[in-house]
Amino acid sequence: MSDTLGKNDLEVVKAPKFREIRKGSVRKHIITLKVRNEIGVLARIATLIAGKGYNIEGLSVGETHEKGISRMTIEVTGDDIVIEQVVKQLRRLIDTLKVSDLTDVPHVERELVLIKVYTPTSRARDEVLRITEIFRGKIIDVSPETYTIEVTGDEDKINAMIELLRPFGIKEMARTGKVAMKREMNIKEENDE
Amino acid sequence: MAAKKGADIVIEVLKHEGVEVIFGLPGGAIMEVYDALYRLGGIKHILARHEQGAGHMAEGYARATGKVGVVMVTSGPGATNLVTPIANAYMDSVPLVAITGQVPTHLIGNDAFQEVDIVGITRPITKHNFLVKSIEELPLILREAFYIARTGRPGPVLVDLPKDITQQIAEVRIPSDEEVKEALPGYKPHVEGNPQQIKKAAQLIMSAKRPVLYVGGGAVIAEAQEELIELAELMKIPVTTTTQGKGAFPETHPLSLRMLGMHGTYYANMAVYNCDLLIAVGARFDDRVTGKVDEFAPEAKIIHIDIDPASISKNITVDVPIVGDVKIVLRKLIEEIKKQGAKILYPEERQKWLEQIEKWKKLYPLTYRNSDKVIKPQYVIEQLWEATNGDAIIVPGVGQHQMWAAMFYKFKYPRQFINSGGLGTMGFGLPAGIGAKIGRPDKEVWVVDGDGSFVMTMQEVITAVQYKIPIKVAIINNAYLGMVRQWQELFYDKRYSEVDLSVQPDFVKLAEAMGAVGFRAEKPKEVREVIEEARKIEDKPVIIDFWVDREENVLPMVPAGKSYRDMILDDKKGKAEAETMYLVG
Repeated sequence: MSDTLGKNDLEVVKAPKFREIRKGSVRKHIITLKVRNEIGVLARIATLIAGKGYNIEGLSVGETHEKGISRMTIEVTGDDIVIEQVVKQLRRLIDTLKVSDLTDVPHVERELVLIKVYTPTSRARDEVLRITEIFRGKIIDVSPETYTIEVTGDEDKINAMIELLRPFGIKEMARTGKVAMKREMNIKEENDE
Repeated sequence: MAAKKGADIVIEVLKHEGVEVIFGLPGGAIMEVYDALYRLGGIKHILARHEQGAGHMAEGYARATGKVGVVMVTSGPGATNLVTPIANAYMDSVPLVAITGQVPTHLIGNDAFQEVDIVGITRPITKHNFLVKSIEELPLILREAFYIARTGRPGPVLVDLPKDITQQIAEVRIPSDEEVKEALPGYKPHVEGNPQQIKKAAQLIMSAKRPVLYVGGGAVIAEAQEELIELAELMKIPVTTTTQGKGAFPETHPLSLRMLGMHGTYYANMAVYNCDLLIAVGARFDDRVTGKVDEFAPEAKIIHIDIDPASISKNITVDVPIVGDVKIVLRKLIEEIKKQGAKILYPEERQKWLEQIEKWKKLYPLTYRNSDKVIKPQYVIEQLWEATNGDAIIVPGVGQHQMWAAMFYKFKYPRQFINSGGLGTMGFGLPAGIGAKIGRPDKEVWVVDGDGSFVMTMQEVITAVQYKIPIKVAIINNAYLGMVRQWQELFYDKRYSEVDLSVQPDFVKLAEAMGAVGFRAEKPKEVREVIEEARKIEDKPVIIDFWVDREENVLPMVPAGKSYRDMILDDKKGKAEAETMYLVG
C-alpha cells in the first residue's frame, strides 16, 4: 500500500492561514429579470435555479411597455454565495437582458392575494369585513357561506392579514407572487448588469 | 435572393459561415437537408457510425482548429445520442453547432415517431438552443447559432429543425453580421478587461515574492501563448497548466511546472500551495485542480482573468477579478507592467523562490520504475513522445491512460492535447482523434486510449477506414477499468468490484476485421518498433494493442477532496522522503 503524507510530517511546517470556505447565509432573495419574450425563456430560468437544488417560491411574469420584453420577479431561498452564482449564470443566458438581486437594495414590492374565507354567521361577516377594511382590501365575491377578499401589499402586511383570517377558516387562497422594483432615490448603482 | 427551399437555406448559411465539413448521420426528419447537401455539394460530410461519434468528431475538429464544429443528425434517437458530446462540449467550452432534425411542426408534442423534445433535454447543457418555428427566421437563427457558439466563452448551440420547414419554400436573405448582433441584445461578451483592475494586477505581480501562473483552457481558446511566454519571462513567473491548458505554455520551457491538481506534478502542486500570488488565466478552479478548497493556495492573493463572469469567484474568492478575453487582457497587462518599469520589487525572494522550485523539481521529478519484462504504460508514452519528436497531436480517452499521456508527453504548442476534461467522457478519444486529423491533416494524430475507453466508441474505426484517415490508436491495455481499479486499491482496500476487462476482443484481429491495421506489443523492446511501424502507414488507421503492467498506478495523486499536503507520491517510497517537503515563508 502506498503512504500518504501523515500529520507528523507537517509539524515542522508553519501552519498557513487557510482560505475560508465560501459560505453565505441562507435567506430569501428577490431577483428581478428583464427578458426577451421567447419560447422557453421561463423554462431556461427555472431549469437553472432547479439545477442548484433550489425551489422557486414566488414567481410573477408579465409584459412590459417595451415590445417583446417581459419582466419577472422571482423569490428564492438560498445561500448568498450560491444565489450570487445563480444571478451571474442568469445574466449569461442569451435571452436575459438585465438581472438584479434586489434583496439588499432599497426596493418596493407588492403582491396581490385572493382569499376565500368562511363567513357563515353575521358575526363572522362583520369581523371579516372590518379586517378587510383595516388592511385596505376589497370584498369582491360573496356567497351565503363565504367572502372573497382581494388585498395587495408587501409580504408582512399580507402575512398579517392571513393570520387574522385563519381562525375563520380559509377555503381557498391564490397569491400572484411578488412584483418588485428598485426605489429611485438614494440608491447605489450596483448589483446591476 | 430567389425563393429557396428551407433545406437549401441551411446549406447556404453553413457555406456562408465557412463550414468545410459536417459530421453526421442521416435519418427521416433531416433527409431534406441531406438531399440539399447531395444536390448543392461544396461541403464535405463525414458519415459516422453512431451519432455520439459524429458529435465527438466535430468537437475534435473544433478543438484542433479553433473553428466551429458542425454535427447534423436526425430527430429522436439521433438527437439523444448527441447529448453526451453536447454536454462534453459545454463543460470544455468547445464551439459546436448541432443541427437536429425534428418532426413536422404540426406533429410536435404529439408523441410522433422519432419525436423527442431535444431542446428541452439539452437546455441545461447548451450555451443556447433554438427550435425553428418558421422558414423566415431560419437564416437568422442559424447565423445566431454560429455567432453564439464561437464568441465569448465558446460552447455548443443546438438548432432543432422541423421537417416541414426544411421542405417549405421562401424568399429569404442571409442576414449581415450587424443584424445578427442586433438580434441578440442580451448577449454582449465583455472582452476588454477593466483598466483599473489591470493596473492593480500589474502592481501585485511586480510586488509578489512567490508568484505562479495557473493557466487553463481559456488561454488555448484565446490563442494567448505568445503573451503568456512574454509575461512569464518578463517577470520570471513559473507556469502550471491544467489538462485543458496544456500547450498554452510549452512544457519544455524552463519556467514550466507542467500540470497541477489531482495528478499534477509534485513541484506544480508545491508551488501553488506555497505561492503568495496566483494568477489564474482562463481557468475555473475545478475540484480536480483545487482539491480541498480551503487549503488551496492558502497564502496567496489571487488574480483571475476569465471571459466568463460566472466563473469568477465561483469556487474560490478572488482578490482581483478581470473579466475579458485572455489574450487582450494579458497584452494590456504586459503593457501596464512595462509602463510601470517592469520591476521585480523583491528580486532576492524571487530568486530564492525559483531555486526552491528547482529543488522540488529535482526531489520529485515525474518518474516511474521501468521494467524490461513488462511494458510500463508510462514507457509507451515516453517512447511515443520521442518517436514523434514531441510534435504529434495527442487525443486521449478518459482514465489512467489519459493521465499518463498528460504527464509523460511534453506538449509545446496550443491545441496539441485534446481531451475530455470537464465531463470526463470515456470513448471520447477515437472519434475526437478522427475529427482532429480531419482538421489538421498536416499533423500526426495519436489517439492514446484505454481498453475500456476504446470499446465505447470503437465502431468509428470503420469511419476512419472509409475516409482513409491515417490516425494512430495506441491502446494502453491493462484489461481493467484502470482508474476505477486504482481508486479501489487505494480507497476501497483492493475490493476490485466490476473492473476486470480481461474478456476482451483480440484488438489486432478486430482492427483487421474493420479494415484497419493492427499491431501488438507484449514486451518493452517491441514498443518503439511498433510505433515506428505504425508511423509508416499513411492511408488507413492503425491500432496498436500495448499489453501493459496491469496494476500500475497513476502517481502522484491528490485524493479527491484532500489537500495538496495529502499527495500520494509513490507506491514504494514512504514517509522519509515526504518529510523533506518544505514550506516557504
